[in-house]
Amino acid sequence: MPQEILLSVKDLRTDFYSSKTSFVTAIQDVSFDIYRGEILGLVGESGCGKSVTSLSIMQLLKDTPGKIANGSAVLDGVNLIGASDAVIRDIRGGKMSMIFQEPMSALNPAMRIDKQMIETICLHQDLSKEQALAHAAEMLKKVGIPDPSRILKNYPHQLSGGMSQRVMIAMALSNDPKLLIADEPTTALDVTIQAQILDLMKKLQKEANSSILLITHDLGVVAEMCTRVIVMYAGKIVEMAPVEKLFANPSHPYTQGLIASVPKLGSGVKVLPSIPGSVPDLASMPSGCRFAPRCKYATDQCRTQEPQLVEIAKDQKCRCWLTQGE
Amino acid sequence: MEKNVILSLKNVSKTFPVGKSLFGKPKKFVHAVNNVSFDVYEGETFSIVGESGCGKSTTGRLINHLLIPDSGEVWFQGKEISKISQNEMRPIRKNMQMIFQDPAGSLNPRMRVSELIEEPLLIHTNMNASEREKVVNKLLKIVGLSDKHASRYPHEFSGGQKQRIGIARALTVNPQLVIADEPISALDVSIQAQVLNLLHKLQEEYKLTYVFISHDLSVVEMISDRIAVMYLGFVVETAPKEMLYQSPKHPYTEALLSAVPIPDPTLHKERIILEGDIPSTINLPKGCPFAARCSKSKPECLEKRPDTHEVEPGHFVACHLY
Repeated sequence: MPQEILLSVKDLRTDFYSSKTSFVTAIQDVSFDIYRGEILGLVGESGCGKSVTSLSIMQLLKDTPGKIANGSAVLDGVNLIGASDAVIRDIRGGKMSMIFQEPMSALNPAMRIDKQMIETICLHQDLSKEQALAHAAEMLKKVGIPDPSRILKNYPHQLSGGMSQRVMIAMALSNDPKLLIADEPTTALDVTIQAQILDLMKKLQKEANSSILLITHDLGVVAEMCTRVIVMYAGKIVEMAPVEKLFANPSHPYTQGLIASVPKLGSGVKVLPSIPGSVPDLASMPSGCRFAPRCKYATDQCRTQEPQLVEIAKDQKCRCWLTQGE
Repeated sequence: MEKNVILSLKNVSKTFPVGKSLFGKPKKFVHAVNNVSFDVYEGETFSIVGESGCGKSTTGRLINHLLIPDSGEVWFQGKEISKISQNEMRPIRKNMQMIFQDPAGSLNPRMRVSELIEEPLLIHTNMNASEREKVVNKLLKIVGLSDKHASRYPHEFSGGQKQRIGIARALTVNPQLVIADEPISALDVSIQAQVLNLLHKLQEEYKLTYVFISHDLSVVEMISDRIAVMYLGFVVETAPKEMLYQSPKHPYTEALLSAVPIPDPTLHKERIILEGDIPSTINLPKGCPFAARCSKSKPECLEKRPDTHEVEPGHFVACHLY
């Protein structure tokens, strides 16, 4: 069955300026599609560009030193990059919304929950204030908040971490978005609360047949939630594959190292295989393959020539000379 | 083989005052640690796991005399240390060092690495400058850095390297006990494995005893010999690693283990999803601390705090079901 593409990102590149003329490139050559009704995982370590990718798609780099230098991101026929503020405002929070890592800092601390939710709803739907309030209460109920009318009257500081993340999710979903970008939605939460929230996100995604771009560093979360996975390293996509394939048969040495270095519950190992060295500095990227200095398979070709992201099997792409020969 | 107890906590409790009434008397108390008892044997890794606010870090600080317990006893190497003065504690600290969670926050940014690492030597030994330098260079090598790093400042290092410096600093005075409070949770996955392996190697080389405080059950399984699970300031279960992971007894431990996401997409396990949030530690529940979220709770659980029972040798549970 051919899948319908919801969002198509092509050749995205974002630079961060430290002065008028000097900049570092945070992400480069980022191209991927998100299909309707899928959960796409985006994994990588800190500084690999996963959050910059999501902020670039959401057009949230306006007041930062970040600037999109190249590329397009087409959602339902509209190119988000370079679109006017009015168009973006209409899409953001409506067709496409976002959940952040820190629910506490993403909510406005000086505004009651009801006001914040009504604001979002009224911006995108033609409802009266009373109707919007009823809708807000309904959304809170959906995300498993037992007493919506009480929570609505609270300020964010009166809520626990798990509770405020639920409020964030309710708010993000209140306008039936087609695409939800979740940037480390459960990283700040405890495991038992994380299990609740992930369970909830999956259920709501299925109900609405919407798509989620799930950004995380936790491979356990990826395995549990996603249909396909993108692995990023030092600002570039290094591998893209369906989740079963990625875990059973990772092709890029970085993906292999990443999967091997995660302790698995019940595996009984005492010493983990680890990737030597650390992530390169954005300002001084190695020439050739960016992973070459840490890669045990690196050859002279890897150190001088940069590999491209090419299809190595059906649905699987990899940026590595080893998988593509000469 | 008889195992030597190096550290022993007996009914240790700690509360913190919150808010003040008109005349400056605290109105309420946070009950951070309640009646905690456990023994740690020489050469083992004893882990304390639990979610945020369960009192695991406070327990670590109580062991290290950074906090003084309200009641109860802390025995270290045959000496009761909870009520002694800071002066008396100083020589004992030589045998009991700590590694902190945030490597950036625990290293003085204005000190060079060599100064940071030799500081404990200045306090605890009479070494001269060249002897100290030797120790510093040796330690840098042990933790996987080199002597050319000695003259640099902390900001020149990555997170993983900073944590290595923190570890070197803890090891300068040859401690017997190292308390590691979430030593790897601020690090990236690939770096976590490096630091974990380093801790493991050091333990074998120096016969260290670790008290390892963490929220990450997969990491704890890898590194521990015995584990205590804490909830709301109470130790709800203590057991050797194999027993805890293969046959958890306390419903909270079961739920905690089941909530860990497994990096294997082919595995579809049935999860226990706990309802609700962790209750406040200001007004502790009258009965079992976990009763409100427990699917197996009985009327008795809401009324009476469970005592700790030994259900099999070495396996202790505080639950009315046993």
